[in-house]
Amino acid sequence: MRGAIGILLAASLAAAGVTAQEKVIPVTAERFKFTPAVIELKLGQPVVLELTTVDRKHGFQVPDLKIDENIEPGRVTRVRIAPDKAGTYPFHCDIFCGSGHEEMAGEIVVRP
Amino acid sequence: MSEASGRRDFLQLLGFGGVVFASGLAGACTNNSRRSGNADGDFFFVQLSDTHWGFEGPPNPEAANTLRQAVQAVNALPRQPDFVVFTGDLTHTTDDENERRTRMRQFKAIVADLKTPVRRYMPGEHDASLDHGKAFEENFGATHYSFDHKGIHFAVIDNVSDPQAALGDAQLDWLLADLKVYPAAAPIVVFTHRPLFDLAPQWDWATKDGSKAIDLLQHWKNVTVFYGHIHQEHHFKTGAIAHHAAKSLIFPLPAPLSQPKRAPVPWDPMHPRRGLGFREISVDELRLTLTLKEDSLEGAPAAQQPQSRGAY
Repeated sequence: MRGAIGILLAASLAAAGVTAQEKVIPVTAERFKFTPAVIELKLGQPVVLELTTVDRKHGFQVPDLKIDENIEPGRVTRVRIAPDKAGTYPFHCDIFCGSGHEEMAGEIVVRP
Repeated sequence: MSEASGRRDFLQLLGFGGVVFASGLAGACTNNSRRSGNADGDFFFVQLSDTHWGFEGPPNPEAANTLRQAVQAVNALPRQPDFVVFTGDLTHTTDDENERRTRMRQFKAIVADLKTPVRRYMPGEHDASLDHGKAFEENFGATHYSFDHKGIHFAVIDNVSDPQAALGDAQLDWLLADLKVYPAAAPIVVFTHRPLFDLAPQWDWATKDGSKAIDLLQHWKNVTVFYGHIHQEHHFKTGAIAHHAAKSLIFPLPAPLSQPKRAPVPWDPMHPRRGLGFREISVDELRLTLTLKEDSLEGAPAAQQPQSRGAY
């Protein structure tokens, strides 16, 4: 673990909207990568990740932040993060999707 | 959940009352404890894991021969095991359903050369997660089941046919029903592919609902879990339950969270097959002690010329 569990709970907002002060960051999943693979956040700046997939069902798991979401084709999965601690938080696809699945990973970097 | 234990510390931990370690080169050492007991009462079995038949790539340029080398190494043991268990990822995954079945047939043809006629199989995610275990079941049978052998109850559980790495409530109900006829002191061995505990969720080295299985198993006082998936030897305890991961037979992976990514340990031409191996598990005649012997393929005969995989 390369960062303490110090970020406020990231809530799934599959059906919820986005408030005016929240920055929206689109994240695309496809075999076998996330784009962007590095999600840079600023300490104290709340964001909403809008997760979509271009091919099949994937997972988006950030164990250190207790985020565990599915990304379904044709749907947008929204995840709110309010970063309150700097650090690096790895994420990965946790739904096996083929040869290369093990490389389907990235990290959230929260900078001061 | 208890802290991970170093290998030396683990000498004090319990499997069936006690666990003893030994290690050596495949076929090069005898297992004294195995030879010292009552020949009719003690027995041993072999765990092979993560053979990934069909894999091709720089982490193992000898991949077309490694499985055969392992079969030869097991056959060269001074005594043959009562059975051989394969703890998942028998084949490397492929999107092509026909190729998946071809790899499974090829795998079966190679392990048919084992002198030991009794083999137990279970899937890894590479075998089963893309089709929910369909091809595996066609070739190897059920993905979860149990059997008894010389006073030990063995339960095989499947945490990979669900691509989200869950056992599911139905299988957990089956496990409880399977075990509840056994007294709390009965020796029980569980085989599975992924770790049941959260070894390294950041690397997907966990089972989504593994804690439910561990909670269930805690009722029995002599439970030992053997698994694969992480391509290295590892020992851990959750309460009274001992968990032992086995080396792979394709390429080693780094220690949990020891580096940013879980990339394979690079192939070392000066030390081919380093980090690859299998495990002998001896059970004493009183069913109180397990002896684990880790065998390395590094001492196995040099690789043969790569052979065609399409001849079966």
